[in-house]
Amino acid sequence: MSRAKSALGPLPLTALLGLAAFLWLFPYAWMVLTSFKTLPEIVAAPTAPLPASVSTEAYRAVWRSMPLGRYFWNTTVMALAIAALQLVLALPAGYALAKLRFRGRTTAFVLLIATLLVPAQVRFVPVFTLLADLGLTNTLAALVLPFGVSALGTFLVRQALLTLPDSILEAARMDGAGELRIVYGLLPPLLVPTLVALFLFSFVYHWNDYFWPLVMTTDDAVRTLPLGIALLREQGTGVRWHIVMAGNVLLSVPALVLFVVAQKHLLRAVAASTS
Amino acid sequence: MRPRHRLDPYWMLAPTFGVLVLFFYYPLGRAFLHSLYEWDLLTPPRYVGLENYRVLFTSGALLAVFSTTLAVSVTAVLGSMALGLGLALAVNRPGAFAGFVRTSVFSAYVVSWVSVALLWLWMLDADAGVVSALLRAAGFGRARVLADPSTAPYALAFVIVWKIAGYSMVLFLAGLQSLPPSVLEAAALDGAGKLARFRHVVWPLLAPTTAFVGTTSLILTFQAFDVVRIMTQGGPVRSTTVFVYSIYEQMFMWLRVGRASAEVVVFFAVLLALTALQLWAYRRREAV
Repeated sequence: MSRAKSALGPLPLTALLGLAAFLWLFPYAWMVLTSFKTLPEIVAAPTAPLPASVSTEAYRAVWRSMPLGRYFWNTTVMALAIAALQLVLALPAGYALAKLRFRGRTTAFVLLIATLLVPAQVRFVPVFTLLADLGLTNTLAALVLPFGVSALGTFLVRQALLTLPDSILEAARMDGAGELRIVYGLLPPLLVPTLVALFLFSFVYHWNDYFWPLVMTTDDAVRTLPLGIALLREQGTGVRWHIVMAGNVLLSVPALVLFVVAQKHLLRAVAASTS
Repeated sequence: MRPRHRLDPYWMLAPTFGVLVLFFYYPLGRAFLHSLYEWDLLTPPRYVGLENYRVLFTSGALLAVFSTTLAVSVTAVLGSMALGLGLALAVNRPGAFAGFVRTSVFSAYVVSWVSVALLWLWMLDADAGVVSALLRAAGFGRARVLADPSTAPYALAFVIVWKIAGYSMVLFLAGLQSLPPSVLEAAALDGAGKLARFRHVVWPLLAPTTAFVGTTSLILTFQAFDVVRIMTQGGPVRSTTVFVYSIYEQMFMWLRVGRASAEVVVFFAVLLALTALQLWAYRRREAV
């Protein structure tokens, strides 16, 4: 391996890596810088890197133009509810599929995995008409319930449980623990890495989601942050980019912070989804 | 293990299957059914048989949407894989700097599609965008990449590459790190140069990873919607109307539930075909 290093030489490689980091970090930096500029400044000098003076007007404009607090709240509640519901349902289902013998187990497993073939982009038309029939569009339920089951999550919980020795479960039964106690009391501490990765991955995915809230809601009371921020581009005459970028900072920074804090878990979720 | 009570497994699976039936299997059936009707959500549906499919296939609309989707997806997949593999080779080393670069590139995969679309929409803006300004300064004239039907699909593909290259990088990195060191050492001892080792040892051994990244990225990009909705709205002159955007348009702009459902059915068939391709690639991975 040391041979390989000397063959190319570290300098060009370092320069190449530096270029890659620049290409991926510059857009974020540009977003932040733009958000502190004023409109005349942007138009007069498109390539000037630094704002003439730090202006927070764009952020105040974002605040005035939408119910920002409500959008944050809706988005967070929705993403937390989805991630939590997926775990709550995946634990008993994964346990039954991994550890219990019963008639129809293989069929149940196949029917679960088959739903991986039906992404939201295939479901939205019929689910929309169904929810409209039930009068459930424009509700939190319309945003959460259709994602209540993560087939991948259930599958990964099952895989993790397959490696768990039966003796632990039998001992719990001997101690008189009911099945509910086993599923929600005994199992979660044994599955921490899997559950944390699933929860975070699901939370970030749905926090970021634009498509489903867009088609299922029209009402500010339940709309989410990505919708509000994307709408900034369509407001007013001409695109006021400093305001759009201020909104984009508010949308992307929470995801970036969570990513930096929980990078290890998110990478595990991506790696697990491939196996 | 034997369940304690005969019915235990069934109630444990009941909530999961409740959701699956209500929000996966039943809607899929509804889509098939509605594809045989003409319905605007306001007046009662009218049975039209296979008319919706006939119109889709004979008007050329479906073909146009399919070829646009394919052009955007294939460009984005090839670009992100080439870049992902190159980056994986470059960052496959210890050290804080390589780790920093890994994190930077992968961050784009975690940030929302909305954020990424807005970022690039701004940087590519023809009047005040920094990329356009630099191109202008370099003498390329007024760059309107998103307003020109011949460049817009590739501008979209470029943005998708920026977003998902980190995904390929992470998977290729895992592939590289699971290569048997003994084989690489043997090749090095035999005097194979760096390029020769990559071509004759690393690349063939990575084939299963490459197949996997390729098929999953293709399925992922076939479902792209947010970038299209935010950056181009399917235009100019429908040059970026990809599958999902077209379904959305039928449904929410023109209120044609039947036509939208027929497109959903066709799209579902396409995804099934791509998955079959993936399974085939996976089998090959097992066989290698």
